Amino acid sequence: MVDPSSEPSRPPLGASSLALRLSGIAVIVAALAGTFAYVNGTLDPQRLTPNALVNVLEKNNGVHPGFRRNHSKGVCVVGYFQSSGEARPYSSAQVFMEPRTPVVGRFALPSGNPYAPDNSVPIRSLALRFTQANGQQWRTGMNSMPVFPVGTPEAFYQLQQAQSPDPATGKPNPAAVPAFFAAHPEAKPFLQWIKTAKPSASYATETYNGINAFYLVNPAGQRQAVRWGVVPVAVDGTQVTPPQGADFLEQDLVQRLAAGPLRWQLNITLANPGDPVNDASKAWPEDRKVLNAGTLVLERTQSQDDGECRDINYDPLILPNGIEGSEDPLLAARSAAYASSYLRRTSEVSQLPANQESRP
Amino acid sequence: MSTPRHFAPLARLLHWLMALMVIAMLFIGAGMVASVSERHEWLLQLHKPLGIAILLLVIVRLVVRFTTRQPPLPVDLPGWQALAAKASHALLYALMLILPLLGWGMISAAGDPVMLSSSLQLPSIVPADAQAFALLRKAHGYLAYLLFLTVLVHLAAALFHGWVRRDEVLDSMLRGKG
Repeated sequence: MVDPSSEPSRPPLGASSLALRLSGIAVIVAALAGTFAYVNGTLDPQRLTPNALVNVLEKNNGVHPGFRRNHSKGVCVVGYFQSSGEARPYSSAQVFMEPRTPVVGRFALPSGNPYAPDNSVPIRSLALRFTQANGQQWRTGMNSMPVFPVGTPEAFYQLQQAQSPDPATGKPNPAAVPAFFAAHPEAKPFLQWIKTAKPSASYATETYNGINAFYLVNPAGQRQAVRWGVVPVAVDGTQVTPPQGADFLEQDLVQRLAAGPLRWQLNITLANPGDPVNDASKAWPEDRKVLNAGTLVLERTQSQDDGECRDINYDPLILPNGIEGSEDPLLAARSAAYASSYLRRTSEVSQLPANQESRP
Repeated sequence: MSTPRHFAPLARLLHWLMALMVIAMLFIGAGMVASVSERHEWLLQLHKPLGIAILLLVIVRLVVRFTTRQPPLPVDLPGWQALAAKASHALLYALMLILPLLGWGMISAAGDPVMLSSSLQLPSIVPADAQAFALLRKAHGYLAYLLFLTVLVHLAAALFHGWVRRDEVLDSMLRGKG
């Protein structure tokens, strides 16, 4: 065997030719590495990244290891969904076909502080995970407000920045939030709502709105833009106990569930052509057709420190066949930022207070 | 039968096909986790089926690798370079095999359905567990960076063989009947 490389066909390279060839290799490798560094954001520091969104939440609320970076205070709930069949012509999702689909949910406060008093914000949230018999899932995060303050992730980020502590004073600049809203007229419907909103004494009395638009897709492939929400059914508005202390919501929920399951009707609002599907800050007109898709039945609570909801990332783009995301830019941003928050908190599970106490 | 001077045609096809797929995959992954726009969503929807395609192809490729004869490295190649070549090839194969499995495993550990499309679902390969997710997710990220570095070294070495040493190493993957 003759080794081909030992054949005398290779006159040695001159110094300049060698330098040129080595530089050529260096340029190609550097170009590839540089493109990669641009794509991953290293060379593009202005880009809004999932980490930047979660970092600003941490800056405003502090880091509470093991907790969600937003909607940090909450409680797990377990139950099921009973389909009415009304959504079947619009969506092929199994959740609307089967009589019953198990649900793991979570009620929460929209704050990044897991110790925030329940009366500190007038908004409550409900996240749900429906697990279909075929293994596909539908996850949704809903809030008690009818619209989102802003329509884009960039504006949401700026709103968080306006609430960040000023390095000089350690406190948020009181002029920053009014200045933000002055520059964002799209927030008007939200501001109008929040003016009269009061912190409710119970999770059970609230309506929770999905706010973002989605598409229902039927077996024929027809797509119908929708928004969904859940409305309490036959709920006793009188308070079991008057709100006391900072944690009355969970106590109220436990007491109510001890007396029997709580029910919400799942309403799916059908958009008319032309209704905005890409802007969660805009409500749809009141007269839109609403489907009663079925009943959400919640039966019991679990602690959020070790209940089933703890390890669920309520990513709004985890959807079953028959439901699709819309052009709403907040959907992808929520999905991306939740992934960043989820990685942070799952890395810190052992630091949760519940897991600390059980240690010697 | 003499020692081959080139890689088998099927081995070359798989090499170049997977080179494109792996580089695309690395850029898709890096762009995806650094974006909050709609890009995040459609890159994620490319990332998962492409990863499974790479997993299947690397298995085919390992079979091809062990059933065909490889051209030898030049005898005058310094020992450390021959060792680096063999080690980096082993690392490339290992990472191409492990990274899709880590991705599949981390989605499983998060308790998410492993969806390759709106209706094509794979089984979970790891029970849902938060700490397992965090470990697998971090390993997926760090090892992807290691794969990118290894690809850069592999590319630089291939060009060094072709342009500076001017031996038959680069040519053995570019052309020839075997």
